[in-house]
Amino acid sequence: MSQSPLLELENLRVSFPTPKGRVEVVKGLSFTLGRERLGIVGESGSGKSMTGRAILRLVRRPGQQDADKMTFDGIDLRRLSERRMRDLRGARISMIMQDPKFSLNPVMTIGEQIAEALRTHERLARRDVQARVLQMLEAVRINDPKRVMALYPHEVSGGMGQRIMIAMMLIPRPDLLIADEPTSALDVSVQAQVLDLIDELVRDKGMGLILISHDLNLVARYCDHILVMHAGQVVESCAASELHNATHPYTRGLLAAVPRMEETREELPVLDRSAWSGT
Amino acid sequence: MSRIQSSPAALRGSVGALGGFAIVTLLTFVGLMAITFFIGRVIPIDPVLSVVGDRATQEQYDAARVAMGLDRPLAVQFLAYVGDVFQGNLGHSVSTNRPVAEDLARVFPATLEMATLGIIIGVGMGVPLGVWAAARQGTWIDHLIRVFALLGYSVPAFWLGLVGLVVFYAGLGWVSGPGRVDIFYEGVVEPRSGLMLVDSALAGDWDVFWNALDHLILPATILGFFSLAYIARMTRSFMLDQLGQEYITTARVKGVAEWRVIWTHGFRPIRVPLITVIGLSYAALLEGSVMIETVFSWPGIGNYLTVALLNADMNAVLGATLVIGAVFILINKLSDVLYRMLDPRSR
Amino acid sequence: MTTMTDWLLDDSPTSRVQASLGRGYRMIRLLMRNPLAVIGAVILLTLIFAAVFAPWIAPHSPLGQNLSQRLLPPSSTHWMGTDELGRDIFSRVIYGARITLMIVALVAVIAAPLGLLIGAVSGYFGGWTDKVLMGVTDVFLSMPKLILALAFVAALGPGIENAIIAIAITSWPAYARIARAETLTFRNAEFISAMRLLGASHARIITGHVLPLCTSSMIVRVTLDMAGIILTAAGLGFLGLGAQPPLPEWGAMISRGRAFILDQWWVATMPGFAIIVVSLGFCFLGDGLRDVLDPKQGGKS
Repeated sequence: MSQSPLLELENLRVSFPTPKGRVEVVKGLSFTLGRERLGIVGESGSGKSMTGRAILRLVRRPGQQDADKMTFDGIDLRRLSERRMRDLRGARISMIMQDPKFSLNPVMTIGEQIAEALRTHERLARRDVQARVLQMLEAVRINDPKRVMALYPHEVSGGMGQRIMIAMMLIPRPDLLIADEPTSALDVSVQAQVLDLIDELVRDKGMGLILISHDLNLVARYCDHILVMHAGQVVESCAASELHNATHPYTRGLLAAVPRMEETREELPVLDRSAWSGT
Repeated sequence: MSRIQSSPAALRGSVGALGGFAIVTLLTFVGLMAITFFIGRVIPIDPVLSVVGDRATQEQYDAARVAMGLDRPLAVQFLAYVGDVFQGNLGHSVSTNRPVAEDLARVFPATLEMATLGIIIGVGMGVPLGVWAAARQGTWIDHLIRVFALLGYSVPAFWLGLVGLVVFYAGLGWVSGPGRVDIFYEGVVEPRSGLMLVDSALAGDWDVFWNALDHLILPATILGFFSLAYIARMTRSFMLDQLGQEYITTARVKGVAEWRVIWTHGFRPIRVPLITVIGLSYAALLEGSVMIETVFSWPGIGNYLTVALLNADMNAVLGATLVIGAVFILINKLSDVLYRMLDPRSR
Repeated sequence: MTTMTDWLLDDSPTSRVQASLGRGYRMIRLLMRNPLAVIGAVILLTLIFAAVFAPWIAPHSPLGQNLSQRLLPPSSTHWMGTDELGRDIFSRVIYGARITLMIVALVAVIAAPLGLLIGAVSGYFGGWTDKVLMGVTDVFLSMPKLILALAFVAALGPGIENAIIAIAITSWPAYARIARAETLTFRNAEFISAMRLLGASHARIITGHVLPLCTSSMIVRVTLDMAGIILTAAGLGFLGLGAQPPLPEWGAMISRGRAFILDQWWVATMPGFAIIVVSLGFCFLGDGLRDVLDPKQGGKS
């Protein structure tokens, strides 16, 4: 947080065409990120995932993105050629995708896929690639990495798939990691494991992290700063420790809807959408 | 997919698939024979009359009828027909005065040669075009390829053959005209496989080889164009399915170059379904060859069939129908089995 | 005008008429946005127009011979030239639209309902009915259509009626497959059981509820198949097995022109352009219709 910020976003907009004209799913998002952990929370459709993709300039056609400012480590991402942008993707900014069942290539072995991430950015001898992949798989706590490398994605469990995903995205040693709902496709029992792993690796390597989730508690636990998004806009921005002081009715509503261990409420309150303007 | 592991379970699966394949194929063959039998015995002009002639007496007629086994119940007749077919007896051709089976064995290689070159051209152009269209979805390139492919569904093969002859043979003189080789090369090479290119290459007679290729290239290209249409459309739609998958985004997140995203991540998974498409197109080319062979006087099974049709030579017509149908079915079912055996996800 | 469109696009229509009109309007609007589909529709309307008003459009008689005007190249009086009997090719092409339209319509009228019925019955009853009917369908499906049509015509004898019958016989299995697949998706739906409880007979459910639900995918498929049907019919004509002279059928015209192809190219090529344009028209419209009526398949092929 001290020196120049890692990522600066100003007035980011993402829009999609519909029969009734273009609809903005992200409406003017701004934030500054250092080597810290930022959480973006919001319900589905709030534009949080699109924000993640827009940082990598991977919003698919016919979607469009633009921003007044989008700099990463002093580099203006808006002006970068597609070629230079590709050199940046994976190598310096990486993203963990939601569901390993869909985000891993079903007809490539796990070893090949992880090695590809490395080989795209570094010229290494075959043996060195192999060594780095094994080392990375160990770092994400995979036993018997040699055997796992030869497997196809459908032959491993969801939790293991997500750890493979993490290995693949961290192997070129990026500076910023975006994790887009990294655990929502997983069993509750392995969610914490995966998040702890991400947390540990991010801290060790001094990376920046953007954790995108619909789960307020989870984000509060793993992040330093929190943005709450609703309908494409940031409605709350605060330090994780200050979350209980949130002022926006949407955030308060979300907080109130979270069940607690020691509580005695008969019924969990439902989000009352009439409490804030906009929708 | 890069390596196909043959674990015991996978092997057992393919044996099971093969067994099912054999039964289904056999049943389809019997169905095919039922249809040709039906066409041959039930609908047409009285087969007895065509043997004994109009002026035969009632006794002669009845005798011929019994001799041909036509007084027996239909089911018995059908069984006899199936038995004949399995022994390779397809009857006698009136127009060539030879057994139909012998005729077909003689003409089939010519068709095979043309269809094979045709499918090579069709795949070689159709697959890249399909991938290209998918990668540029919605752009003018995509539309252009789409229209080009739809032309393959809209242009009559015989018409394109005629136009091809006018333009490339008569007009530009780039290729040789109808027939398999020029008349003075006819019979120069000893037919071993029946494939002119293979035979001439084996004999080391390169004059014949180049002449044969010169004759073959135009009809094969035209035939290939029709398979191209189907192959390009299917490739495009498979590719669009793939390019919409999450793991394509994953590859882009990794910073993988666009050509590699398309060919390694997008194209690799569709190689197996494409095998089925290519098999189907290959089979369809056998069918398409009927028209092309007629236009190019190509002495293959299609030409044989049309000549037989015009002479009302029913045995030859049904024999050719049966053989083309059988090859068609076989290729169809084989590509089906191949698909199931090669797909890593079905292991 | 705006109130009219508002009424058509109302999210909660108040009557059945409004709902179905609204659906039709939305479909046409979607279709109009696809340029290829519009081109296809225009081509087909032109075809129908040419067929209906042939006597008024054609500048000459399609059959009238004039041996002093043999094999003339295209000119201002004979736009597509004349054939070996001095007949105006353009006029023959215009009259040929009638034959093509008739073939296409008759094949559709015979094959589509037949396939629809077999498929719907097969899917609705399931069990052995399904196994037997689909077995037969699959046998037909796995056979080359053109060859089979050729064999049928050979047996039935050449002629346009027999060509139509032969093409129809080889076309129905694809429709049966589609109708069955479609029927299976809603066979166990609540509204079918509700109808049964109300005491409706199987025949009534099939004709009143199952068949109508299959029609949209059927229309798409039939439109897409039309190009193939036209090509097969023209092919039969070319081989001398379809329409017989002097009928101005496009395939038969190409066949006649084949003898003069090197010197009088227009005799054989002109009818070919008519075939291509009409087939393309069906392909374009079919593609567009599929995108509108069958969005699941929209991305595919």
